[in-house]
Amino acid sequence: MHAPQRSAGAAIEIRKASKHYGIFTALKDIDLHIRPGEFMTLLGPSGSGKTTTLNLIAGFTDISSGTLDIGGKSVTGLPSHKRNIGVVFQHYALFPHMTVGKNVAYPLALRGIKGEDREKRAKRALDMVKMADFAHRYPNELSGGQQQRVALARALVFDPPLLLMDEPLGALDKKLREWLQLEIKRIHRELGTTFVYVTHDQEEALVLSDRIAVFNGGRIEQIGTGRELYDHPATLFVGRFIGESTVLRGAAELSGNDTVMTIGDQKVLAHGRLAGDARPVILLRPERVALKRPGADAVSGENRLSGTIVEAIYLGSASKYEVKLKDGTVAVVRSPLGATDFAIGDVADVAFTPADLILLPDDASADVTLT
Amino acid sequence: MRPRGPVWLAAPAVLVLLLVLAYPLAIVVWRSFTDPAVGFDNYVWFFQSAVNRTVLQRTFVVAAWVTLVSLICAYPYAYAMTIVGKNVRLVLILCVLVPFWLSGVVRTLAWVILLQDSGVINSILRGLGLSPVKLIRTLPGVIIGMTQVLLPFMILPIYSVMRGIDTRLLQAARSLGAKPWRAFLQIYVPLSLPGVYAGVIIVFILSLGFYITPALLGGPRSTMLSSLVQNQVLSLLNWGRGGAMGVVLLVATFVLLAIAAPLMRQKHSSTRREA
Ligand SMILES: Nc1ncnc2c1ncn2[C@@H]1O[C@H](COP(=O)(O)OP(=O)(O)OP(=O)(O)O)[C@@H](O)[C@H]1O
Ligand SMILES: [Mg+2]
Repeated sequence: MHAPQRSAGAAIEIRKASKHYGIFTALKDIDLHIRPGEFMTLLGPSGSGKTTTLNLIAGFTDISSGTLDIGGKSVTGLPSHKRNIGVVFQHYALFPHMTVGKNVAYPLALRGIKGEDREKRAKRALDMVKMADFAHRYPNELSGGQQQRVALARALVFDPPLLLMDEPLGALDKKLREWLQLEIKRIHRELGTTFVYVTHDQEEALVLSDRIAVFNGGRIEQIGTGRELYDHPATLFVGRFIGESTVLRGAAELSGNDTVMTIGDQKVLAHGRLAGDARPVILLRPERVALKRPGADAVSGENRLSGTIVEAIYLGSASKYEVKLKDGTVAVVRSPLGATDFAIGDVADVAFTPADLILLPDDASADVTLT
Repeated sequence: MRPRGPVWLAAPAVLVLLLVLAYPLAIVVWRSFTDPAVGFDNYVWFFQSAVNRTVLQRTFVVAAWVTLVSLICAYPYAYAMTIVGKNVRLVLILCVLVPFWLSGVVRTLAWVILLQDSGVINSILRGLGLSPVKLIRTLPGVIIGMTQVLLPFMILPIYSVMRGIDTRLLQAARSLGAKPWRAFLQIYVPLSLPGVYAGVIIVFILSLGFYITPALLGGPRSTMLSSLVQNQVLSLLNWGRGGAMGVVLLVATFVLLAIAAPLMRQKHSSTRREA
């Protein structure tokens, strides 16, 4: 194997951390525990505080209040050059006056590693990102993807226990991004380093991460695996940010331990009830609902909402429909191959059991922030 | 390679340059070889005179000192311009530009007042109980005056390059383990060199031909070549010898530039931040 030595990743403990810029609060009471060797992604819309969090860990900005431990030790007051953390920036940040080889050897030179040892380790790091043939080029002679691979090699060449990446693939086209995602995943597996990765692309987060922390307005809404966030979002914001969804709103009343919501003139039954007196909303995943002919294929206990097909898209492995319900909501439905076909204009029922829906407290900010 | 526009668009500029630069230059060169007689007489005369040789050498030494002192003053100044807030930067830029709006003569006369034996600087020295120093009509006086006049030509090119340096590279260097001063020396300084080279070349060449400041602040022991040229052409009406001096200065400058150019060549073309 060509990779630099396998190093034990560092754990990160952030407790009650806040960051203020003047009167503006960029981060409010963040709690984030990252395990050694974990791939943690910070996901959220623009301005939600992801970069700020990364900058706190890297030591580029000071924490306003709260604590931050890396590898079990408090790093408060420790300048970034003493933290021994690799950082990859969206803007690559390669030194334009140094060749690729010099760029990658630079952190080694700073650590007093000389001569053949330095050459060898720089070469190994470049091998790892498949850029060894480019050692004599200058950064402006490389494509964006190549530059970012060099930046990755440079951030890992000194075997840091922790690697931070701030939207490293943000400036690249989709194909290249997908390929580099897999490369990053492979390198993470090989090294055992803790990776903290920032993105606002939820698909990228799902591809890469062990766990995802969803940021919104300077707070963390939820931390969990992709599956946990998708199947059990803690807030409406998380539910809408991860994956596709339909949100149903209507007058709700309690019936025993269940919640009944009136949508248009139809009723939907949801098991359970919300704590407190928040207004409930229902979140539906497109593949957890079925499209049926009006009145047909009834299953006992299922909810049905009738509507009209306004869009039908054939996706190869499935079909995607948009159904306009009676109250005006457009529901998204994904039908597997072999399910009944519908055409635009058809009248259809959107059917789902209480187990297929997610009951959440309403949150107006979820709509605003998602534009 | 950037795409080139039609060549003829440059024609007016080339024409003006030919008229105002090449033509007079050609006349000067021509007369240095023909006036009063055809041949190398004027050049032989120039190099046979010990005074001329001393003055030529002094001219280059003074130009080198002025360039060095300007660089030492300009680099931190230009750097300060890039890191201060908007208002302070405006003040700093004004301080650079205001001298441009005053004529060199006025500024040089101001230096006469400052530097003379009973001038401001010596009054202060005396007030502090120190012995006065001779500044006016000395080489250091000339160098101080010329540096002040030429400083903007050093500051502006350095500042314009520094402004384009992506300071996030310093943050990157620090994350890789570089102490702040090391990041500055190994990343920032190399990236600022194109501006330094430009400033050095401009100030050095302007210094070589400087006339007013050395003439007013200097004495007989600090005469520069431009004064000798002026003396030959305007007082003695000897265009041939004056022209020969000019040509010698020109050739010497080109030789120096030819030596310096390969050292200054940049292997990378872009130090500017993208997007
Ligand atoms: N130096 C600063 N001074 C003042 N406000 C700042 C500063 N840096 C960031 N902010 C503010 O803090 C908030 C969070 O910024 P941050 O850069 O962490 O967002 P982000 O989640 O990384 O967004 P993006 O996806 O756009 O990069 C933003 O509203 C931003 O305007
Ligand atoms: Mg950001």
